[in-house]
Amino acid sequence: MREIEFDVVVKAVRDMIMHCGTDLPQDTYDALEAAMEAEKSPVSKEVIRQILENANIAKDEKRPLCQDTGLAVFFVNVGDEVKIKGGLLRDAINKGTEEGYTDGYLRASTCEPFSRANLKDTVGYNLPAIIHFDIVAGDKIDIEYAAKGGGSENVSRARVFPPAAGKDGIVEYVKEVISDAGGNPCPPITVGVGIGGTFEKACISSKHALFRDLETTNEDPEMAELEARMLTEINNLGIGAMGMGGTKTALAVHIESNPCHIASLPVSVNVQCHSSRHTHITI
Amino acid sequence: MANYTLTTPLTSEDTKKLVAGDTVLLNGTIFTARDAAHKRLVDLIEAGEELPFDLEGSIIYFVGPTPPKPGDPIGSAGPTTSYRMDSYSPTMLKNGSKGMIGKGKRNQAVKDACMDYDGIYFGATGGAGALLGKQITSAEVIAYPELGPEAVRKITVKDFPVTVVNDTKGNDIYQIGRAQYEVKS
Repeated sequence: MREIEFDVVVKAVRDMIMHCGTDLPQDTYDALEAAMEAEKSPVSKEVIRQILENANIAKDEKRPLCQDTGLAVFFVNVGDEVKIKGGLLRDAINKGTEEGYTDGYLRASTCEPFSRANLKDTVGYNLPAIIHFDIVAGDKIDIEYAAKGGGSENVSRARVFPPAAGKDGIVEYVKEVISDAGGNPCPPITVGVGIGGTFEKACISSKHALFRDLETTNEDPEMAELEARMLTEINNLGIGAMGMGGTKTALAVHIESNPCHIASLPVSVNVQCHSSRHTHITI
Repeated sequence: MANYTLTTPLTSEDTKKLVAGDTVLLNGTIFTARDAAHKRLVDLIEAGEELPFDLEGSIIYFVGPTPPKPGDPIGSAGPTTSYRMDSYSPTMLKNGSKGMIGKGKRNQAVKDACMDYDGIYFGATGGAGALLGKQITSAEVIAYPELGPEAVRKITVKDFPVTVVNDTKGNDIYQIGRAQYEVKS
């Protein structure tokens, strides 16, 4: 059994949060550059130019890319031969989150659902983090992290279709969600689509799909084809960067598909803004 | 589409010449408010009480900035999604405000109020908080400090880049732009 110190996890999480707040991932930067080149609307082209300039300023001056520094979302794969020495893994991730948001001058956006009171003074700074755990073989901990903003989360939706809806029904639904969203989720967006499983499994899969590198193709050829079809349909909507009208509404569509109940076809659409702040580390 | 440089407070003469799609560099004092602050401001207006700032000719920026680093006036400060202010904005425009800065579409009541009271809805680039924060040269919380990032701030902007989304004639760049690039299947 390998032992990992509690404080090692805290520091690793703190550092990844601060890095993510200011440094746009290279895959996203490259995809935005390509979108700027391809965009036919001069207004949307200028918006993407500002987005790239913003990324350069944020990286060089260590300023947050966006004032919405998100809720902290983690997918954690814990090796079955790992033990955390000095505390619980969940506590270490929360402590690292609090330190990262505080030391990085990132906005605490967590509040109580109805009073809307900021929870800074009661349970910590932007806490609790949203953490999805899984147990895997091995002696390492793999942590995927995203700073998930509210604007794109607000337009995300899920629905359980009857099986007869099929691929056509799902494509129409994804189009409808993105069409209704317009410029609100800060396009050019990435669209995570969770298909199958149960209601909550589809939602979590749609979130996890957003972590996939933008330069990759789905390993399942059938899903890769469906992703390409959805991307074309979304870009045909004409929404453009920040809704100004244009040909590049989405950078990519990523699908995660799961087996499901014989009676159901659950679908979840989770939208990611252009400030796609995500990273991962292995301890 | 024209380019303008304007200084606050704005007049009807300023706003009526602007057309959806025009780009504007804003200068001068503007005020920040999100949902929670708007609710309090509109409650004050409806109760006939004094506001923490003069609405006449004012521009309201929908933003909740990150905390400033030591030595900076403000942190990153890009726009938040505007529809959450739709139920409050017509009252603000009716009482003298001339403009709003945010991102995303507005409802018909806001567009009508822009026509009725010579108001403009400006869009700033969402997610460009570092770039936009640098165009803010001073910031001071003037009301509701307990709201944290949602407090009302009086800020000074220099060449703050915005695009006219909804003008005083009822035009909407989101509808115009999208219609132009939509590919019908």
